[in-house]
Amino acid sequence: MAQNQPFVDIRHAQKSFGKVEVLKDISLTVERGQIVGIIGSSGSGKSTLLRAINDLDPLSGGEIWLDGVQVNKKLPHRQYEAHINALRQQVGMVFQHFNLFPHLSVRDNVTMAPMLLKNLSRAEANRLAEEQLDHVGMLERIEYYPSQLSGGQKQRVAIARALAMKPKLMLFDEATSALDPELVEEVNLVMKKLAEQHMTMIIVTHEMDFAASVCDRVLFMDKGVVVEEGPPQVIFKNPTQPRTREFLRKHIEGAS
Amino acid sequence: MGLDFSIVPKYLDILLLGVAWTVGITLAAALLSFVGGILFALVALYGPWLLRQPFRLVSWVFMGTPLLLQLFLIYFGLVQIGIDLPAFVAGSIGLGLHFAVYNSELIQAAILAVDRGQMEAARTLGLSRGQALRKVVVPQAVRAVIPPIGNNMIALLKDSALVSVIGVSELTLSAQRVIGKTYRPFEFYLAAAAFYYVINLCMEWVQRKIERRISVSR
Repeated sequence: MAQNQPFVDIRHAQKSFGKVEVLKDISLTVERGQIVGIIGSSGSGKSTLLRAINDLDPLSGGEIWLDGVQVNKKLPHRQYEAHINALRQQVGMVFQHFNLFPHLSVRDNVTMAPMLLKNLSRAEANRLAEEQLDHVGMLERIEYYPSQLSGGQKQRVAIARALAMKPKLMLFDEATSALDPELVEEVNLVMKKLAEQHMTMIIVTHEMDFAASVCDRVLFMDKGVVVEEGPPQVIFKNPTQPRTREFLRKHIEGAS
Repeated sequence: MGLDFSIVPKYLDILLLGVAWTVGITLAAALLSFVGGILFALVALYGPWLLRQPFRLVSWVFMGTPLLLQLFLIYFGLVQIGIDLPAFVAGSIGLGLHFAVYNSELIQAAILAVDRGQMEAARTLGLSRGQALRKVVVPQAVRAVIPPIGNNMIALLKDSALVSVIGVSELTLSAQRVIGKTYRPFEFYLAAAAFYYVINLCMEWVQRKIERRISVSR
């Protein structure tokens, strides 16, 4: 069973905030090394789905499995916390607003979690941080503080911070939406580099061109359901669903 | 009877001893108020219901009654139930807890003002709630809260004069004792005021130092 089970397996995910149902029976699988893009207008539930995967927004119903382990399994509170904390170490997340720790230098932003959770020594953690920051082209800013960085630089540090935990899966929640247009590219390049290294990624995005160029599969979500999914060529060039066509048409008009 | 400040230096040793006691009790109470303030704030925000209730009662008592009364209770009242504290200890505890409650209010507001994304980012990395609070949220809240807490500490210094009533020979009581000998209230109260002013300046200097050190790391 475990061998045949998909790497990420979302089964009948359902989520309500009070009376509003934001996810309606969503099932989705992601294989190891796959890159899945989720598009859709705001309020479609795409961020909520992403945040359910690492339990930031726990589901109301359904199951989420990651690498053969159920994320949202029923456990007593204390055990559940330990289970989730261990699981989150394996899932990196990048936010729209970076959420770097402003009181820590770039170096300490990256070293904090590995030192705290993996008991790395200062020296080991430093080496790890230098390696990860080099990877995203931010090594020369290692002693800077977040307030001294541009948005694109902040987001690259945030990616390095997530990668320092050596995650098996990366979640990107509109990672470039808060950036000035000229800074989007440097972040996209880092994400492409990750894609080339076969990192499994789920990317919520408004950047259709980027989704088309890196994703193996694209999902279009609307009002809490997956309306259509398929390879990017199909979704962007020949969508079958009227709602997808409508969304893409509006998006292209909005962009131009 | 004219004013004659030349008499002040003769009693300088007594006054300086008073300064030492004032500084000592202010430091002890400030430390207690700072540690206690963080503790109270964390309990008020994140503690289990059963723990929050007694803390709310303590807050209410310390905010809603006069500090003078609290000092009497701790120094004279507790003796009745067998807790006989030295005046300095009783004074430090009274002042410390009183200001801990006020600091706690400031710290709670500052913790709530830290962006929710900070907690989320920390939790996403795998930190527990406690680790995230300790490493990410509280350090940022403490930075934001230093200027208003500095104001509280200056109030604490001034209110430390109240412990004279339970017999701690701090600056105000020392001045009174010298006045008892010399019948020169104007000169010695003014001298005491000058000393308070100097201590105040030192505290402001320390606060500025701390603020500057923190603002570098932003």
